[in-house]
Amino acid sequence: METSALKRLQVQRFKPEENPEIHYLNSERGLWSWLSTVDHKRIGLMYLASIAIFFFIGGVLALVLRTELLSPAQSFLDADVYNQVFTLHGAIMIFFFLVPSVPAALGNFILPIQLGAKDVAFPRLNLASFYIYTIGTVFTLVAIITGAVDTGWTFYTPYSTETGTNVLLMTLGIFILGFSSILTGVNFIVTIHKMRAPGMTWSKLPLNVWSLYATSIIQVLATPVLAITLLLLVMERALGIGIFDPALGGDPVLFQHFFWFYSHPAVYIMIVPGFGVISEVISTFSRKHIFGYWAIALSSLAIAFIGFLVWGHHMFTAGQSSLASMVFSFLTFLVGIPTGIKIFNWLATMYKGSIDLKAPMLYAMVFLFLFTIGGFTGIMLGALSVDIHLHDTYFVVAHFHYVMMGGMVMALLAGLHYWWPKMFGKMYSEVYARISCALIFIGFNLAFLPQFVMGAQGMPRRYFNYIDQFQPFHQLSTMGAYIMGVGFVIMFFYLLHSLVRGEKAASNPWGSRALEWQTTSPAAPHNFEHTPVVIHGPYDYHKPMSEFQLGIAHGHHGESHQPETLETVAETGTRP
Amino acid sequence: MDKVLEFLLPPAKSTIAGQVDGLFIFILAVSAVLLVGISFAIIYFSWKYKRRSEQDTTPVITHNTKLEVAWSVIPLILVMIVFGWGFTGYMNMRTVPTDAYEIRVVGKSWLWEFHYENGTVSVNELHVPANRPVNLVMSSNDVIHSFYIPDYRVKRDVLPNRYSNVWFEAMETGESVIFCTEYCGRAHSNMIATVTAHSESDFENWLATANVIDESLSPVELGKELIAKNGCNACHSVDGSRMVGPSYKGSWMAERELEDGSVVTVDANYLRESILEPNAKIGAGYDPVMPSYQGLLSDREIDAIIEYIKTID
Ligand code: HEC
Ligand SMILES: [Cu+2]
Ligand SMILES: [Cu+2]
Repeated sequence: METSALKRLQVQRFKPEENPEIHYLNSERGLWSWLSTVDHKRIGLMYLASIAIFFFIGGVLALVLRTELLSPAQSFLDADVYNQVFTLHGAIMIFFFLVPSVPAALGNFILPIQLGAKDVAFPRLNLASFYIYTIGTVFTLVAIITGAVDTGWTFYTPYSTETGTNVLLMTLGIFILGFSSILTGVNFIVTIHKMRAPGMTWSKLPLNVWSLYATSIIQVLATPVLAITLLLLVMERALGIGIFDPALGGDPVLFQHFFWFYSHPAVYIMIVPGFGVISEVISTFSRKHIFGYWAIALSSLAIAFIGFLVWGHHMFTAGQSSLASMVFSFLTFLVGIPTGIKIFNWLATMYKGSIDLKAPMLYAMVFLFLFTIGGFTGIMLGALSVDIHLHDTYFVVAHFHYVMMGGMVMALLAGLHYWWPKMFGKMYSEVYARISCALIFIGFNLAFLPQFVMGAQGMPRRYFNYIDQFQPFHQLSTMGAYIMGVGFVIMFFYLLHSLVRGEKAASNPWGSRALEWQTTSPAAPHNFEHTPVVIHGPYDYHKPMSEFQLGIAHGHHGESHQPETLETVAETGTRP
Repeated sequence: MDKVLEFLLPPAKSTIAGQVDGLFIFILAVSAVLLVGISFAIIYFSWKYKRRSEQDTTPVITHNTKLEVAWSVIPLILVMIVFGWGFTGYMNMRTVPTDAYEIRVVGKSWLWEFHYENGTVSVNELHVPANRPVNLVMSSNDVIHSFYIPDYRVKRDVLPNRYSNVWFEAMETGESVIFCTEYCGRAHSNMIATVTAHSESDFENWLATANVIDESLSPVELGKELIAKNGCNACHSVDGSRMVGPSYKGSWMAERELEDGSVVTVDANYLRESILEPNAKIGAGYDPVMPSYQGLLSDREIDAIIEYIKTID
């Protein structure tokens, strides 16, 4: 299989220490040690805290919107405020929460450990990305406080060039944010290429790494287009350059092409990392080799590439040629295939497994169900004639919430619960975790299933008022949103409880074969005290645990370690 | 099946609606079957293969080429059917029959204007002949709007400085709702109109009389009717509540502060100017969003509106 030189390495077994005295959380103390850290794990946690805050803000805004929509006419928000609230809900959830969620927060924490590396390739650049993200958020917060924005997160021209709200600051904020995303992507690509532990060949790469790899490629290639688009919008507003203004010879639809050229791939920035998390979780909790490793790995790359060519499916009603619509519709269906393949692979992984329904697995199963619905409704929207009817209705709203929240957020929660012991060295209450998972599942479906129906019935999106006929659906939806809110509040408390007085976590509480579980919990300051050597893939459950704990000792501090067991391995992984 | 259709989709009132609904139901049915299968597999596997002990071993199944080809190719065939079906439906929507009856549509923030061949103009009320293809030639006066009739399954964006079109053929007489589905600002959700499909003769009748003033009405009654017909109610109330624009209530001879700080009296000249050139004087605290009614209202009609406003206090 491997064509690389059969280098022989002297390895020994390193059983991870339980309850380590020194780990990355306490190796340095004080606020400054966090603010100036270049440790990918700490940066990951800082992202995690930031996205949690933005998820909270975005979530509260969603509840405000749903509450206003309880009745058809105005209740406690006026139209302007409503429009600002839905704009902020969308912009915050997408640019400040979803895009950085799995890559920047979970990915930063876990990627180098999964590779057996000490850190990402450019640790300082990594910290810089975080600060760029922070500066972007400050701009945006200032924009919100000094006058809000009411364009919708899509900033369509000419409305966005004419409205009196603070579009300039907001777009500048998102413009800045984009650089953070690009830099994280570059960092990950280089890390994956250059920092893999000895023996970690491309075919032994955890699927989470493959999907972060695919995501990073999209981040690096697509985000600059968003930057240019937003810059043009800023120039249009500030200088009146007329690129999008028909009165000056521009074209408002051009903006939509630019915008979706980024924002469709961005959908994959938001969902592909989730695929990686789900692959890890399903294999670990089924204690079984992942089914169709290459199919899952390569389908992520396929999605990343085809994903660049489907942006026009957002514009079937906007006035592009029928030929263009046909091509975009066709490619949209093509991109659905690799996604479907993944679902079947995950199911096949569960077949004859040893399935443990712990919280991360529950979230993964919720993901499978909700994301499948999201996918099927995507097929509806990709079908040209049906899309004409459904475009810009609540059907679309429900569809992307099934994909983004039912897909990505569930994957994020699966990953969070899965890696939580590695992050903090603590366990959380399994009982409360299940309760909150159940509430979120019920609430989610109650919130968004009715939106499919009212959308198909014709209820347009971004409506502050609506005709009476839709009220029952809106009321159900609002109930669902509240139930989901309760689920998240419970989660906040049991996770907080876990942090403060949770049970100590074992180094490998799930019995996983993956590399990140072969170090201490919480992880060591430099991930591993040794250089891990990989001879099996991360899903080889038929191999004994001891063979996943091999490595080469560092001769640090001048002392030389006396190996307890000596083994000789070839990089091919064939052993006596 | 009909019950499901009725619950999920609005009544199908145009010739193309059936085709759209057919595809919708096809995708829905196939998806439902697959979803049930997938959900069943999730639940069955997690029950059947529940972990019994920490020592459980699992078989090493890394892949299965036949199976993988099957679950790539079968979905591919299915989506290609959907693609072809959707595309043919779309082409039908885009190919306007040559004998279509043409109506001009103008989207303005936030109302719809319909111009007919004989010069008749209606606001927020579209009247069409049933059982005859109708082609709407649309453009916007400001930002992008989108013209959507759920019952007819048609939708098309309405763009500034460019014509777009949508055609349909209503299969029965009756009323349906028209929405704006492209977010266009404050009163986006009030940019609602109705389409009424008439029999051919009713339509001819309507067209001949629509803009003829009913001589039996007094100016005040006429003014009231005009205000309802021209979409003024979307932005102005008669009960004193503030909407997009100021309420008519008590406005006659009131003092108005303008954006530039000057004060004017709401007299007949001011009202007339406000209707024909709304942006000449902007009331303080309001946005310059009222569309001009130049060319839509005759002098006599404007007089009637003024008479009516005088009576609201
Ligand atoms: C899209 C919303 C909108 C529509 C439709 C609309 N108006 Fe207005 N109107 C406004 C706004 C906003 C103002 C205040 C700003 C200004 O002076 O232009 C206004 C101002 C006025 C004024 C001046 C009122 C005052 O007290 O200062 C009159 C009179 C008026 N409108 C009459 C009408 C009539 C008659 C119609 C229908 C034929 C109509 N408007 C339709 C938004 C609208
Ligand atoms: Cu898209
Ligand atoms: Cu609108």
